[in-house]
Amino acid sequence: MKATTREVNDIAIIKVEGKITIGAGDQQLRDVIASAASKKILLDLSGVTTIDSSGIGELVGSYTTVTNKGGKLKLLHLPAKLNELLHVTQLITVFEVYENEQEAINSF
Amino acid sequence: MERDGERIEITISSRFENIELVQVIAEHLCENAGMDEDGSHWIGMAVREAVANAIKHGNKLDVKKKVNASFELNGHDLAITISDEGTGFDPETVSDPLNPQNLMKTSGRGIFYMRTFMDQIRYTFDAGGGTSLVMTKNLAKGTGIASGKA
Repeated sequence: MKATTREVNDIAIIKVEGKITIGAGDQQLRDVIASAASKKILLDLSGVTTIDSSGIGELVGSYTTVTNKGGKLKLLHLPAKLNELLHVTQLITVFEVYENEQEAINSF
Repeated sequence: MERDGERIEITISSRFENIELVQVIAEHLCENAGMDEDGSHWIGMAVREAVANAIKHGNKLDVKKKVNASFELNGHDLAITISDEGTGFDPETVSDPLNPQNLMKTSGRGIFYMRTFMDQIRYTFDAGGGTSLVMTKNLAKGTGIASGKA
């Protein structure tokens, strides 16, 4: 998994690429979010190729950690299959999901 | 295209990096049997979850222990068996990830995904040790995520 971070209006936009699966990317995702300089985090998931239940678990865990610290974690450009995975587990009701980056930035 | 009596079997050591080998076999088998990309993907995902569980929970990440995966295609009926060398577990004790109390848990969705993407899943536990999971899917039944299977 590869993650690149840029900052816009004190929001950390983290673009994630590759796999977020057990033993390959799941822990990295947690670490990259934990080390973000801002409490406002926008995860751009457009480059995610594969995610499994472990990856979903890290997404949920990171959301909880960020929220508990008074921050916000939002999702941008969900791939269709990840969108379906969040829907069937009803996690789509937990996350704020955006298709437009400016709209996402304005929402913080 | 119908494929009858096709059987593929693979045995892997309990390393996470081997999961993809098994997933790719599942997806190719489904595509070769005429299933669309979406349907093949979700079956591949069910296999991924099953193998991950076998490695992590069944074989406790012991690389000396093996996971065996077999795929049998008869007409449109696909049967996938994933076996490990673990001591087994009670599937009834796995929490329901849709229960609001469990929604924000970081684990516990693997079996739910398997039940969602396949028609049926069934566990058997060998008296001498080892767990086998049999998942079945009728490939002609439709594409995408099977609903109401949780």
